[in-house]
Amino acid sequence: MRQALLASVLVALVCAVTGTYVVLRGLSFVGDALAHGVVPGIAAALLLGVSGVFGAAVSAAVMMTGITVITRKSRLSSDTAIGLLFVGMLALGVIITSRSRTFVGDITRILFGELLGVTPTDLWWQSGALVVVGVAAFIAHRPFVLMSIDDGLARTSGFSVPFFHSLMLVLVAITVVASFQSVGTLLVLGMLVAPAASGALLARRVSTMMLIAAAYGTAASYIGLLVSYHYNLAAGGSIVFVTVALFGITAVIASIAARRREDEIPHQHEHQREHRH
Amino acid sequence: MHTPTCTVKSESLAVGYGHHTIVGDIDLHLMSGDLVALIGTNGSGKSTLLKTLAGTLTALAGSVSVLGAAPGALPKRVAYLPQHPVSSHTLPLRAHDVVAMGRYAHLGLFRRETTVDRNAVSDAITRTGTAEFANQPLRQLSGGQQQRTHLAQVLSRQAEVLLLDEPTAGLDISGKRAVADIIAAERARGVTVVLATHDLSDAKSATAVMLLAQRVVAFGPPTQALSDANVRECFGFTQPH
Repeated sequence: MRQALLASVLVALVCAVTGTYVVLRGLSFVGDALAHGVVPGIAAALLLGVSGVFGAAVSAAVMMTGITVITRKSRLSSDTAIGLLFVGMLALGVIITSRSRTFVGDITRILFGELLGVTPTDLWWQSGALVVVGVAAFIAHRPFVLMSIDDGLARTSGFSVPFFHSLMLVLVAITVVASFQSVGTLLVLGMLVAPAASGALLARRVSTMMLIAAAYGTAASYIGLLVSYHYNLAAGGSIVFVTVALFGITAVIASIAARRREDEIPHQHEHQREHRH
Repeated sequence: MHTPTCTVKSESLAVGYGHHTIVGDIDLHLMSGDLVALIGTNGSGKSTLLKTLAGTLTALAGSVSVLGAAPGALPKRVAYLPQHPVSSHTLPLRAHDVVAMGRYAHLGLFRRETTVDRNAVSDAITRTGTAEFANQPLRQLSGGQQQRTHLAQVLSRQAEVLLLDEPTAGLDISGKRAVADIIAAERARGVTVVLATHDLSDAKSATAVMLLAQRVVAFGPPTQALSDANVRECFGFTQPH
């Protein structure tokens, strides 16, 4: 149980860092595509008896290349082409898994994770991924923020947009590979996007947004695991559900606060006018 | 008093998107302290020319240099204000942070802010009148306040060439006057300003005016370039006298 909590907190932290830039740059769909695109690699790895992390990494590299080529060359809109690519990869994953004698168990584990089956080796992988993602995000923070506003602004500030965009995709891929064991490839997007989106609603600075995302993800990990333990529910699903629920609550509160602020502004103007008279 | 030097130069320059030329045969020879107003309707090629000078679009033909280098090669010395800077509702940035991003070209990936950087930012904030909302999130500002914030970002770079795409869009009369004063002050310290605008009155104080209508209709001193015949050809109507 302690190992499961540690694994889910590591997922929350790595997703907080990457998710912040994914939300700011509007890459949620690409993140989802990458998460689904790793399925055939993991399936093939399970069938061959090698590490699932290795299979996921190979698959993620293929997906990233595909997304990069599509974004640059496709005559279709990129979301159509990327959507087809990830569904194709997902279908390939299902085909490969169907060769396994434990088909249903394997595909469920890949898609929804197996948090209680996390090994110490998985924890080392996750810790390594957190360090790599943290250091890369620290170094590339300025171009990442500029690209969140506008690619042209990043370019005219002297940063290579293709390079830093590719780096961001690599960070998303590392995050997905580090997280699939805990929450599964289907649910990892929830951890990537929901805490960061909550942070975006509340924060006035990017660093604060990241901290809020980390706090939300960690809290959701604890609450989700607790709920799953007491009511005998799926751990990964419970954690992601709590994350999305927390986002929903935050969005409602932020919306009410914004409406109140808008109501107050005309009152302030009226008050100032009366004061002048 | 600065000694005028050539800052922007082009010969037979063609600008456009992909393989589609929007304006061709552009010859520029701008000196430090010059203000060139690019005037034309939507789609006339003003923004395309500015993007090419900024280096976000590649020249389709001819030659062009900015401060003796290829466009986009000297980010510390050239600043560009795009037409509609994106202000996403999800961005958790205060107006002050957005202005400070103008210094990233000087700071690169690793250098920490120094007093010079902080002074450049606070000076830009003061000159654009953004101090009163500097600590507010960008997403809570009005269109005009956001426009002033983005202009402050461009000024904080303390560049030698300013490429401004409709900097007065969304501003009231006092805001427009403030921008005119800022441009005059920048020119006085030797900065070359290339300004895209719809507004003929912006062109009166310019060194030269380029009238564009998917080709160069006229290029020269304001009195010469803004003749009735040229304006009619560019906009389809004559300016009131």
